[in-house]
Amino acid sequence: MSSNKDFQNDLIKDFILESLEGLESYDRDLLAIEKGEGGSEILNNLFRVMHSIKGTAGCLGLSNIEGASHRGEDIMSLLREGEIEASEELISTLLSLSDVLRSMLENLEQTGDEGEIDNTELFAKLENLGKAATSSETPKADEPEPETLDTETSETANPNQDEGEGVAFGLFDEGSELEESQASPPDQEDDGEGKAFGLFDEEAKAEPKETKPIEKKPKEEPADTRGSETTPTARQSIADSAIRVDVSHLDKVMNIVGELVLARNQILLNTTNFDQAALLTSSQRLNIITTELQESVMKTRMQPIRNIWSRFPRITRDLAHELDKRIKLIMDGQDTELDRTLLEAIKDPLTHIIRNSIDHGIEKPDERKAAGKPEEGLISLRAYHEGGQVNIEIMDDGAGINVEAVKAKAIAKNLINPAQAERLSDREAVQLIFAPGFSTAERISNVSGRGVGMDVVKTNIEKIGGSVDLQTEKGQGAIIKIKIPLTLAIIPALIVTSGGDSYAIPQVSLLELVRLELDQGEKIEVLSGAPVYRLRGQLLPIVRLNDQLQVETPEATNDDGVINIVVLQADGRQFGLVVDEINDTEEIVVKPLGKQLKGLSCFSGATIMGDGKVALILDVLGLAQYAHVISESKDQRLAQNELLEKDATSEKQTLLLFEVGQDRSMAIPLSLAARLEEFPMDRVEKAGSQSVIQYRDQILPLVDVENHLAIASSHDATSDEASLLQVIVYSHNGNQVGLIVSRIKDILETEVVLQKSAAEDGILGSAIIQDKVTDLLDVKAIVQRAVPNFGELAASA
Amino acid sequence: MSVTTINQFCTFFIDDLFFGVDVLQVQEVLRFQDMTRVPLSPAEISGLINLRGETVTAIDLRQRLGLPNRESETQAPFNVVIRSEDGAVSLLVDEIGDVIETNEDAFEKPPETLRGVSKDLILGVYKLEERLLIILDIERTVDTEARLTR
Repeated sequence: MSSNKDFQNDLIKDFILESLEGLESYDRDLLAIEKGEGGSEILNNLFRVMHSIKGTAGCLGLSNIEGASHRGEDIMSLLREGEIEASEELISTLLSLSDVLRSMLENLEQTGDEGEIDNTELFAKLENLGKAATSSETPKADEPEPETLDTETSETANPNQDEGEGVAFGLFDEGSELEESQASPPDQEDDGEGKAFGLFDEEAKAEPKETKPIEKKPKEEPADTRGSETTPTARQSIADSAIRVDVSHLDKVMNIVGELVLARNQILLNTTNFDQAALLTSSQRLNIITTELQESVMKTRMQPIRNIWSRFPRITRDLAHELDKRIKLIMDGQDTELDRTLLEAIKDPLTHIIRNSIDHGIEKPDERKAAGKPEEGLISLRAYHEGGQVNIEIMDDGAGINVEAVKAKAIAKNLINPAQAERLSDREAVQLIFAPGFSTAERISNVSGRGVGMDVVKTNIEKIGGSVDLQTEKGQGAIIKIKIPLTLAIIPALIVTSGGDSYAIPQVSLLELVRLELDQGEKIEVLSGAPVYRLRGQLLPIVRLNDQLQVETPEATNDDGVINIVVLQADGRQFGLVVDEINDTEEIVVKPLGKQLKGLSCFSGATIMGDGKVALILDVLGLAQYAHVISESKDQRLAQNELLEKDATSEKQTLLLFEVGQDRSMAIPLSLAARLEEFPMDRVEKAGSQSVIQYRDQILPLVDVENHLAIASSHDATSDEASLLQVIVYSHNGNQVGLIVSRIKDILETEVVLQKSAAEDGILGSAIIQDKVTDLLDVKAIVQRAVPNFGELAASA
Repeated sequence: MSVTTINQFCTFFIDDLFFGVDVLQVQEVLRFQDMTRVPLSPAEISGLINLRGETVTAIDLRQRLGLPNRESETQAPFNVVIRSEDGAVSLLVDEIGDVIETNEDAFEKPPETLRGVSKDLILGVYKLEERLLIILDIERTVDTEARLTR
């Protein structure tokens, strides 16, 4: 009996999985009907979903589920025969029926019992709708049975499922009969039941085919029959334990493993024979196979994003109805695949964004009309792969985000001060909605604005190594772009040493590395107990990893006068982590920590290094909190400021300012200048017609910038042998050239708004820098012109 | 575990005590392995070992049981790798003994007066002819989570 029980449990599990998937397509089909896309095939699908839920529930003795789906089935059959019309009310009622079924299924999964939910109201409504319509007639698809069979043949059969179904019926026959007699509502029930079972018999071969492939077929299924992994919460536990993998893909993995075994054999053979060359070949082979295997296995974990998107049409519909809006949802790139853990992680943020778009983004139809837009709002979802990342874009054509309102709100919430608000560009200001404690909703609706704001969206996405960006144009809508990595199992990381042990720092939180040479006068200062370092004029809080981890600092590292700082970012806040040694970057394989160590917030996992030692992976956010670099709300304002500042710097450039001719101000990006040198005039020699100078055992061609721009010469007149030439050494692909200017002025970081001047050749444009009109020199063009062979060499790269 | 008269135990020594764990729960026994310490972890966590590509947490049974620290470092501890629900866990012990078959009749609950060893980690004692075999409650021994400070 106990094995029977197990078997029944398995069946129930299958039933839940299958039914939830069925309901998913049921919702989708209903929405299609509502949009007027309903054909007889869709109606048949709907009927089938209800029918198979009812049938299986009956076998398993789940009377409530059976009863509810039975009512759905009745309506469906009326609908299918054209007895009633798919009114909006009917659709809504049918949708709530699927909600009811879903919650029963969830209950069943969690408690093993379908639960008692009071559905009398819903049932009465269904009954009324059914009755009301019996009089009205709309002749539509009138041959349901053959129709059903037709559509079925297009589906792939799964013979195993037939058997499964058969067994189920055999085994639980008594149960189902019992059920039948117990089944709640009296009169209608009986003939319904009879019909249902009759149907089942007739369709015995066909029936399982239609519903089961949904469950068992590999992922290349067409969109409409394929259920999703996600929607109801109960689903996760079952879905988490099972994954669908294309059999052909498994075969491929097996092939690679076969190759791997061969490679191993070769290596073993060659190691014993000490055959260097052969060993090298086989280890290269092993390298290739490993990469291939890594990719293939990773692919088995990949799931199409459709799995989480599939519930959005329903959400959109329900919300739109609730808010009296008309919204069309377009989804593009549903087959884009990403790791299932990531999929799970972005589900809630995405839902939140969509809810936001519907609630705050899209206007009411009359507002839209007034604004000259179509009454129906548009939300479009797009997903695609790019550069090893998954990009997801959520776009709406709603009212957009009111930048001034955002600023005002941020000031009111004390996130920024008015002066800062003044300086913010629109783009920067919009990012404020991601700030903790910010929510643009004027009123709290029950749709969005439940206190979980966009900051949670941002944190959640950043937690998995992704990023969020928001762009908006007032009146035109908004677009949110999310970038997330493909997988979290293998990540690039920086390896550091602290207290003699290696630690891995995920590259996503890494900003830069700073090496302090104490004898150069660089130092870490102490600000009332807190160590800080001036990083380009900004105070960077310093955390010593050894102190935090309470490990001893080896003597040697203190003496050599060098401090290694790893600049990290956590939660929008930067801090410098002092480590004993910075080693290398590596791709590491993330291994979870045992449950004994789960409570340690400073570590997110462990990895195994090339030498076989275990290294811990630092959890940057956890570490920052542990070290109190991020102390909850107090610092939020600061953090936000810094974030903004950082955003701003990303548009800034570091420029080298110099003078050409008498007082012509010019600039180039500092990155183009390899070195700044002074040469006495008398060291200049000639090579052919070219002025050159001996510089680091090489011949450095010199280019007098003013000769190549129509600028009155400055130094020729005053030139005497001893005077110094100011030279900017420009280097490209190992070739160098010296640019002669009259005076090097400054290096500064600034925002450059370049204006095209009517411009001579060799000038990129002009900008106002330090209250002076400054030309941006086109170094490449100048060099190209002055030293043609340099250009040739450089151009080859 | 169903009631059978004969049980098999993997045995080991810590201090002067003779311990046993159900042999079916033991994955393997290893000599000392290189360990990576885990800063900030409780004292009973010795570190992480690399067990054929998996990271396994090593628990120092002396610490866990409240026994005095290993006196000298001359003898490196052995690893008794336990299969638990969420992955393998290694127990560090002084010395490995044999696999012993015992008779159910010789079993007794731990005496109330037991000292020196955390009593809640002990299932009971087998009275063997020459000495007593203490049976560890593996589930509890391995579950150090609750005792983490943060």
